[in-house]
Amino acid sequence: MLKVTNLHAQVETNPIIKGINFEVKPGEVHAIMGPNGSGKSTFSKLISGHPDYELTDGSIEFDINGKMTNISELEASDRAKEGIFLGFQYPVEIPGVTNITFMHEAFNALCEHQGAEKMNESDFREYVKSKLPILEMNEAFLDRAVNEGFSGGEKKKNEILQMLLLNPRLALLDETDSGLDIDALKTVAKGVNTLRSKYNAIVLVTHYQRLLDYIQPDFVHVLYQGQIIKSGDKTLALELEEKGYDWLTAGIQ
Amino acid sequence: MSEELDQKLKEEYKWGFESKIEMEEFPKGLNEDIIRLISKKKNEPDWLLRYRLEAFSKWKEMSLPKWAAFDVPEINFQDLYYYAKPKTKSEAPKSLDDLDPELLATFEKLGIPLQEQKRISGVAVDAVFDSVSLGTTWKEDLEKVGVVFCSISEAVEKYPDLVKKYLGTVVPTTDNFYAALNSAVFTDGSFVYIPKGVTCPMDLSTYFRINAKETGQFERTLIIADEGSYVNYLEGCTAPQRDENQLHAAIVELITLDNAEIKYSTVQNWYAGDKDGKGGIYNFVTKRGLCKGVNSKISWTQVEAGSAITWKYPSCILQGDNSQGAFYSVALTNNKMLADTGTKMIHIGKNTKSTIISKGISADLSQNVYRGEVKVMPGAENARNFSQCDSMLIGQTSKADTFPYIDVKNPTATVEHEASTSKISEDQLFYLQSRGVDAEKAISLIVNGFCKDVFKTLPLEFSVEAVKLIEMKLENSVG
Repeated sequence: MLKVTNLHAQVETNPIIKGINFEVKPGEVHAIMGPNGSGKSTFSKLISGHPDYELTDGSIEFDINGKMTNISELEASDRAKEGIFLGFQYPVEIPGVTNITFMHEAFNALCEHQGAEKMNESDFREYVKSKLPILEMNEAFLDRAVNEGFSGGEKKKNEILQMLLLNPRLALLDETDSGLDIDALKTVAKGVNTLRSKYNAIVLVTHYQRLLDYIQPDFVHVLYQGQIIKSGDKTLALELEEKGYDWLTAGIQ
Repeated sequence: MSEELDQKLKEEYKWGFESKIEMEEFPKGLNEDIIRLISKKKNEPDWLLRYRLEAFSKWKEMSLPKWAAFDVPEINFQDLYYYAKPKTKSEAPKSLDDLDPELLATFEKLGIPLQEQKRISGVAVDAVFDSVSLGTTWKEDLEKVGVVFCSISEAVEKYPDLVKKYLGTVVPTTDNFYAALNSAVFTDGSFVYIPKGVTCPMDLSTYFRINAKETGQFERTLIIADEGSYVNYLEGCTAPQRDENQLHAAIVELITLDNAEIKYSTVQNWYAGDKDGKGGIYNFVTKRGLCKGVNSKISWTQVEAGSAITWKYPSCILQGDNSQGAFYSVALTNNKMLADTGTKMIHIGKNTKSTIISKGISADLSQNVYRGEVKVMPGAENARNFSQCDSMLIGQTSKADTFPYIDVKNPTATVEHEASTSKISEDQLFYLQSRGVDAEKAISLIVNGFCKDVFKTLPLEFSVEAVKLIEMKLENSVG
């Protein structure tokens, strides 16, 4: 459903992504690992359409209505409507806008795009409430301003809640495990696993193997200096945990 | 395609239509004769004519205020009509149903049906068209509880003592250049009197419509809340889309006696000119409330979304002990609009309290200024003020300024001031967009969140209207 070919990208004039080939099929879970500054976050933002990153070569194709379509010119909101979701490493605060208003707006934008009937406020609230127990969140969250004053763990849970509500075909989760204690990590992992099905795909961007104990990936990739230098199955992550990245990056300039 | 574009252009200011109404106008220009003519037309008592003439002679000696943060184009005061009134078959239509159907249609198009069978329940409306009040709905129902709600012209005839007692007591004729002008030539506006102990059974509302060309609108509103009474008052304004600028210089005076409360809300949406700054209303208004009695309260809420130039400072004089004043404001400027708005809180009585919350949003090439003064007089023991002034910039070319003045003459006073300027960040936009929310909608969500503290002080229907209005104004400012 996602095919990235020879992707090159830069911020201002700094090349960050230098030739990535990457393919995701429905039902798969991929983990992208790598040391700091390797381009992991940039990669996920590029796919979801962040305007600061300029694609200089290659293509990003996504399955739209059964047809692989180049989406690199689409606005972020249009990519989201086609079913791409980005879970943020640092979720953004929107003062004065309640969580439920924001989610309702996003949900109805998707409904509209898909030609489905929009949901009214009270039905939507019930729908959201049905998802809260998965993430051990209480209803009070819904009436607080988006991410304002949320703890690190609350912010991450809030990201996963949005993911569950929007039910994306492709979820890119950027360091969803950072800043979580072990209980919160388990809860977030439970949320992510709820989305997992033969129709949905998940790409986890992470530093640490520990998240992968709870969300078992089908593939693990190592990103270094803007390129994928090694791919493997979940045992690769365990190997990285044990040996670090040096044995892979030693020969690369 | 061109039809679509045409439609889009019209939507930019959907109140910009012009009504074809036969008008009765006085000759252009301003002199004593015109003032005498206005006064005579309205059968005014001698004292009011003298009041006008005195204001006029003072106005002639005054010069234009020069302290705005931007240049105000020169206005030729001799090239304006000072009186324009829709022609009626009889001098005084007996009821709103007798009005010219085109007039009724105008107000219906604006969402303010006036006919008895259609009028909005729960809100009494005084409809002011150019220089005159057309009439007031729900009048009889209000009269039953002793509430007077009528045009100021009618009040001069029927309640001369009340008008004489209070007119000009809050905004004296010499207050400022435009106040003097208004005092000389005001044509109509609303008058409200809430008797002792009465909570007004419905919201009162005045809708101002400028229609005639090259006409100044000088309305005058006077609201008196007698001891222990309460009223919620709403004001709305629109004007046709024209290439020439038009002048609107109103005065609003509020008076609360012991334990009384007035809540005054405005959604100002005068035509603001086109994207190149051509046309639009000059909105130079003096609004002031006097908390005369103990424990009395006045609150101003304004949503300023229109006019080419806005110059306005709804203020409170907190004279009675324990009285409270509040000012909640959202000012949105886009295209080439200029807004200089804020408030004055004058603490005179003991334990007086004031709150100021101002939210300015500027987009495109517009300029948005908050200007406010908090003054604590020597006798105002334990006065308290809290001010919060936030500005938000959209895009790279707009400007926002904040000028807070604080003058405290009593050491027991507590004055707090908070201010912030922010930009809608790329991060906020991307966050919302990554959830499928389009850029325009995302900006409107962020702006509405920013204004929330003010919108929540508006009555529900007005708050819905305000949100829609802001959304519409911002539609073309994303980029």
